[in-house]
Amino acid sequence: MTEEIRQMFETVSPEDIPGMAEKLKTEGYRLVQLCGVTKEGHTEILYSFDKDFCLRNLKVDVPFGQTVGSITPWYWAAFVYENEVHDLFDVEFTDSKLDYKGNFFRMSVKTPWKGPEAAPKEGA
Amino acid sequence: MGKRTIVPFGPQHPALPEPVHLDLELEDETVVRAIPSIGYVHRGLEKLAEKRDYNDMIYVMERVCGICSFGHGWGYAGAVEGLMRVQIPDRAECLRIMFHELSRVHSHLLWLGLLADGLGFDSLFMHCWRIREKVLDVFEAITGGRVIMSFCKVGGVRKDLTPEMLRMVRDTCDMIEEEMRKTALVFMKDSSVRNRLCGTGVLSKEDIVELSAVGPVARGSGVNNDVRSTSPMYRDLGFSPVLYDEGDCWSRCMVRVDEIMQSLDIIRNAVRDLPDGEVSVPVKGNAPVGDYVFRVEQPRGEGFYYVQGNGSKYLSRARVRTPTNINIPAMTRMLQGCNLQDVSMLVITIDPCISCTER
Amino acid sequence: MSGTTKSPWLLHYDASSCNGCDIEVLACLTPVYDVERFGVINTGDPKQADIFLVTGAVNDQNKEVVKQLYDQMPEPKVVVAVGVCACSGGIFRDCYNILGGVDKVIPVDVYVPGCAARPESIIDGVVKGLDVLEKKRLKLREEEGKR
Repeated sequence: MTEEIRQMFETVSPEDIPGMAEKLKTEGYRLVQLCGVTKEGHTEILYSFDKDFCLRNLKVDVPFGQTVGSITPWYWAAFVYENEVHDLFDVEFTDSKLDYKGNFFRMSVKTPWKGPEAAPKEGA
Repeated sequence: MGKRTIVPFGPQHPALPEPVHLDLELEDETVVRAIPSIGYVHRGLEKLAEKRDYNDMIYVMERVCGICSFGHGWGYAGAVEGLMRVQIPDRAECLRIMFHELSRVHSHLLWLGLLADGLGFDSLFMHCWRIREKVLDVFEAITGGRVIMSFCKVGGVRKDLTPEMLRMVRDTCDMIEEEMRKTALVFMKDSSVRNRLCGTGVLSKEDIVELSAVGPVARGSGVNNDVRSTSPMYRDLGFSPVLYDEGDCWSRCMVRVDEIMQSLDIIRNAVRDLPDGEVSVPVKGNAPVGDYVFRVEQPRGEGFYYVQGNGSKYLSRARVRTPTNINIPAMTRMLQGCNLQDVSMLVITIDPCISCTER
Repeated sequence: MSGTTKSPWLLHYDASSCNGCDIEVLACLTPVYDVERFGVINTGDPKQADIFLVTGAVNDQNKEVVKQLYDQMPEPKVVVAVGVCACSGGIFRDCYNILGGVDKVIPVDVYVPGCAARPESIIDGVVKGLDVLEKKRLKLREEEGKR
């Protein structure tokens, strides 16, 4: 429905995410979502924020085994996504305001999206 | 100060329509804290994008939720079309709006019924659902399905509507409007409804902004983040956001009542102004490397769709963020300080769709 | 026919359905289909239920819930799997968090196909379930008589 004519994707380093969240919060952005994508050697996390129907998407490449600072101190609602990404992709978020410690989703498979085996093959 | 008790609530509970689990920390009868836990309905359907090509994936995406299935199909199709740089015909866009608004009418009627059920107002519940069936009859006559319609496809819609079908859509809208006029009065004026809804579960404008809530929950507190506002075609068809300022259960209810009325107008305008032309364009070939985000205003709020292509027919990622997902934090805030008896009522007012939330 | 089969009480649980079948189950109870005229009542209490309607496929988190609800129901009882997901996993059978149909966890007596299952077929399934219920009741009585 909304033609997101300006598809804005920026790449941000994992260390900058908490600072970025603080800045966006003061600028009046609302959190839209967080999601993970498994890539070779790293998990790509996409943060989306919205202000006046304009989306800003931040891409963060988190190498396997590395942690990211939580954005829940500024966006408490992010706990839903951070716990989801933690359970599905096995990415650890530090300083979370509400950490389910891996009990958010209870699944038959542990961290089913975790790479590199979970990364989709080219033209599979 | 009373003793603190933790009461588990759900996933199967007589007063709860959805399999969500809440740990309610109580002080006497007052809820101090609510911790939601989900995962009862998690299927992991987004991962099926690796096994189904982008044209087939829409049928999986539609089944994210059986109530707003059309909107999920649209959101996914819109994202893939954006990724593939495909422009769909105006007639297809207009038909999508028509079907999406019909879905909104039936979804809101469904919700009003559940609310009435939660209130213990059973005859009102029955009336809302009786009216809702008229929309499903239209769906069935046109697409063959009552719930999952597979009407939307990547590149447009599956079939064109005949003049008789369009007339049926219009006449049904007239019928529903007449019935809704009477039913809306009950929600607006009836003292037993107002007693239960007015002043409960208040969310301030600040809460909404802080918790990033969307949909009727946000609009009930006077915050407009209805993504339909950005669509020129929606504006031409007579859309304007419905806002209420009180922020309580009643205003969330009234937002939905008014939206039904507005959606009926939008549908009739769409029938009148339906552009001529094709209803779909073929979409073939591999999806290019790249990303695309797309948003659709679902009955429950903004739905967010993200696709990432990798140069093959299969997508690296098809992501859907549903409105209930982002409204859960608002729900937990609402529950703080409420009475235990109001819990199920407050859970209902965000119109939770746990199936959407967990995918 | 006993009182139970003349007025069966339903318990409905959404295992991991997309809500499509759930809403159709509810639609059966509302004016257009109105199964209440046959004495069918939807209850939230497993201890009062005769027929267990399950929608959606089971996963690791909810299989305990399904089992526990089934165990709480008094004998005789009938399980109706509503919708193709509850029958076999349906479109979600390939998902990593789906175990399969409801029969992986509890015995199923009637399978209702469809995506989503139509109210007519759900009603049909419940009626089929009544026959099974009656048979189970007679068997139960026979066993009691032997004791």
